[in-house]
Amino acid sequence: MTDANAAVDERVKETSRLRKALIRPELGAIVGVIAVFVFFILFASDSGMFNPQGVLNWSTVSAQFMIIAVGACMLMIAGEFDLSVGSMIGFAGMSIALMTVTLNWPVWIAIIVTFALCISIGALIGYIVVRTGLPSFIVSLAFLFILRGFTIFFPQVIERRTIIGGISDVAEGDWLAQVFGGHVGGWVFDWMAEIGMIATFSRGTREGQPIVDGIPMLIIWALLLVAVAHVVLTRTKFGNWVFASGGDAQAARYVGVPVDRVKILMFMFTAFCATVFATCQVMEFGSAGADRGLLKEFEAIIAVVIGGALLTGGYGSVIGAALGALIFGVVQQGLFFAGVESSLFRVFLGVILLFAVILNTYIRRIITGES
Amino acid sequence: MSSYDHNPIVEMKGIEKHFGPVIALAGVSFDIRPGECHCLLGDNGAGKSTFIKTMSGVHKPTSGEMIFEGKAMNFTSPRDAMEAGIATVYQDLAMIPLMSVTRNFWMGREPVRKVGPLKFMDFAKANAVTMEEMGKMGINLRSPDQAVGTLSGGERQTVAIARAVYFGAKVLILDEPTSALGVRQTANVLATIDKVRKTGIGVVFITHNVRHAVAVGDRFTVLNRGKTLGTAQRGQITPEELQDMMAGGQEMVALEGSLGGTV
Ligand SMILES: Nc1ncnc2c1ncn2[C@@H]1O[C@H](COP(=O)(O)OP(=O)(O)OP(=O)(O)O)[C@@H](O)[C@H]1O
Ligand SMILES: [Mg+2]
Repeated sequence: MTDANAAVDERVKETSRLRKALIRPELGAIVGVIAVFVFFILFASDSGMFNPQGVLNWSTVSAQFMIIAVGACMLMIAGEFDLSVGSMIGFAGMSIALMTVTLNWPVWIAIIVTFALCISIGALIGYIVVRTGLPSFIVSLAFLFILRGFTIFFPQVIERRTIIGGISDVAEGDWLAQVFGGHVGGWVFDWMAEIGMIATFSRGTREGQPIVDGIPMLIIWALLLVAVAHVVLTRTKFGNWVFASGGDAQAARYVGVPVDRVKILMFMFTAFCATVFATCQVMEFGSAGADRGLLKEFEAIIAVVIGGALLTGGYGSVIGAALGALIFGVVQQGLFFAGVESSLFRVFLGVILLFAVILNTYIRRIITGES
Repeated sequence: MSSYDHNPIVEMKGIEKHFGPVIALAGVSFDIRPGECHCLLGDNGAGKSTFIKTMSGVHKPTSGEMIFEGKAMNFTSPRDAMEAGIATVYQDLAMIPLMSVTRNFWMGREPVRKVGPLKFMDFAKANAVTMEEMGKMGINLRSPDQAVGTLSGGERQTVAIARAVYFGAKVLILDEPTSALGVRQTANVLATIDKVRKTGIGVVFITHNVRHAVAVGDRFTVLNRGKTLGTAQRGQITPEELQDMMAGGQEMVALEGSLGGTV
């Protein structure tokens, strides 16, 4: 051992380039995306799924999945779960609706206050988890019920109904509402309509205008969140702390990583993502319903797992989670375009989840060298 | 050994540590000087881990005095101790297997590169330094992106040691670094300890294997049921005597007879 150039261990086989490239969290999701596209191009290409309206349709649905998957992904890598995401979506939407419709607050104030409120609740969940040392699964399950309960209780008591509409009217011209409910790049679609690539309205007040009037802000939010989260996770000091906190919290603490702070911040980020989802949805529909967001927490977690993250924390990829969300969007809408009964989507979710977990376990063994 | 010309870096006097009714340490005195390897020996449950955790700021002693570079030390967290230059490689949780060698090496002290107002982790520097420091310890990594889980036990220990040395440790505490290793890996780790010692760092080497201790130790302290029977220098004590002290004397003699002196 005295010479610095220790001999290369002759028992280590040179790992092939290919194998090395395959051992990455996104592997399953990449294969999945290709498979899903090939499938629908083969079986549903004449259904309108791949014309501009169709593309925008499944892109929007995928973007919704992406927004919550990004939050769930960062949190899962940090070693925690949040089962309250779906309830948080309902809660945030209802909060905006009640503040604007019942309290007559300007929409932008309602949105800002709702964000502050929901992120605080996220911080509270995180604080309880790190303080009590209880599994986040249980703590956030409690909040799943607490938040859903309030989401039904308040509109019921105040307005005597559980769906609050009429937000579109008050949101008209509100600057912050535009950031969530608006569209960008309308001119591209005007041009596409002109050259006949997309259809135009043939009747009504919007006669002659393209039926797609821009890219929804929802999609912009999704791409932005994916890009920022990916860079933060893979390229920054904080990202390293997220991996470390989820990989082995005690080992991370010993070298001075502020594990509790990292985890609480990730719960806050998850709540932020849920609120972005809710705000976009409320601005789009012009209403809030007490049952919005049901089961979204599980869909987010499944997208993250398909994206290659380990349920045990410390390993995963935001890009993978985004691809997982894309698979969901394409399959859910693809089944619709293909005229298949939509309940089969649930069957698909279950099956693909199982495959993803098995694949992840295998990849994990290769990485850690356990047998 | 030149190390005795120096004053101790850390001096622990009459350290006691109680966990509720359990008296884990009942008055332990110990010191470590620059450039020496001070072995702390003892059987399972003797209190070795508890003692070094007290030294590295994880536990607060119930009573006793701790002096660091001539001044009373008052660490409130492992971070404090680390900043002062007391680095510890723990028995069970040295590394995170799923993370790359570089990410582990720099964990908690990531180098940062500024791009405008944004701060990114400087992977170019981090990777280069990691490869170089591991090379100095005699380990050629395939790639700095290699997950720590794919390294052997000895290599993992070496990453942890190289990290401590690079970040300017004055005292390096190793809690049973050889306990799970085979012959060759153990030899590597012992060689690494020797390299580290020669740079002037004081090494506290915890083990319950007398042969490992004798191979690199300059001084030996035996802990037995939370107490120490004093410290011996190299050459003043035989491996057999050390073995007897660890086992508390009597039982071992009987055992040794029946095993033909192989323990
Ligand atoms: N946090 C704690 N709470 C209560 N008792 C503890 C705690 N930590 C250690 N002990 C007790 O203190 C005693 C000494 O334990 P310690 O881990 O220091 O032993 P050790 O010498 O490191 O043993 P080993 O060789 O097995 O690592 C044991 O009886 C143990 O049960
Ligand atoms: Mg121990």
